[in-house]
Amino acid sequence: MDHEHRLRVKTLLMICVMVLCATTGDLMLKRGMTRIGAVQLTPGGVSHAFVLIVASGTIWLAILFLLGFLVSNMTVLSLADYSYVMPASAFGYAVVTFMGVAILGEKVTPRRWLGVALICIGVFLVGRTAPRTTAVIAPESAQPEAVP
Amino acid sequence: MIRAILMLGVLIASVSIGEIAITHGMKRVGGPRHLRLRDIFAFLWRALRNGWFWTGVPLMAVSFYALLVLLSWQPLSFVIPASALTYVSGTLGAKYFLREEVSAARWIGILLVCAGVALVTLG
Repeated sequence: MDHEHRLRVKTLLMICVMVLCATTGDLMLKRGMTRIGAVQLTPGGVSHAFVLIVASGTIWLAILFLLGFLVSNMTVLSLADYSYVMPASAFGYAVVTFMGVAILGEKVTPRRWLGVALICIGVFLVGRTAPRTTAVIAPESAQPEAVP
Repeated sequence: MIRAILMLGVLIASVSIGEIAITHGMKRVGGPRHLRLRDIFAFLWRALRNGWFWTGVPLMAVSFYALLVLLSWQPLSFVIPASALTYVSGTLGAKYFLREEVSAARWIGILLVCAGVALVTLG
């Protein structure tokens, strides 16, 4: 396997992990917060909501998935171009629409399907370009870097 | 409406500059050698000591705050399609600051994604 092919496989794998983690994390956060109910913006209401949030397994699972998103996002940005990764992350909109139809039986308008189709074509077009067009910089593994 | 457009400008600028700073930082620290837990933890340790990463994080916090403020002023059907412009500003930043080569195919793909996000949000 040549270098560019390996890089493409690694990048696409990490983008899939990133999109799945972000989508699942958001859905779980929504589910957890719906179970907790509307938070009352009073000192008592906020502290009560805080206790419920800390005790919620769904919220902790959501946080775990969102941490997974953060790590995969950082990893993929170290490997591939930002202009390659950024549009691919929009694939999450398509995943959420498909999940909504498949799992929740939601009805989707033709305009929304058109949007999903445009995202899929756009991601496909970007996915066909080279994942990385900049030179590889030697890792600065030993010293923390100061912002100039 | 003028304050909403100004806040949209803050949102687009902070997302784009923040993500470009983080991308630059991640490129400087170099990716994990293999996608193994040990290598990924070593990469994270290097990343967390990178100045560019910590330049990007507060900008991302600003963008999140700007998004919340915008959502309190304007309907979701305006905010999310309008914020899809970050795909264009981010690509321009990647081209001119990160020196990425953005081919015609990549530009067409990004513009399609941008239009697609706007249509999906309008529902």
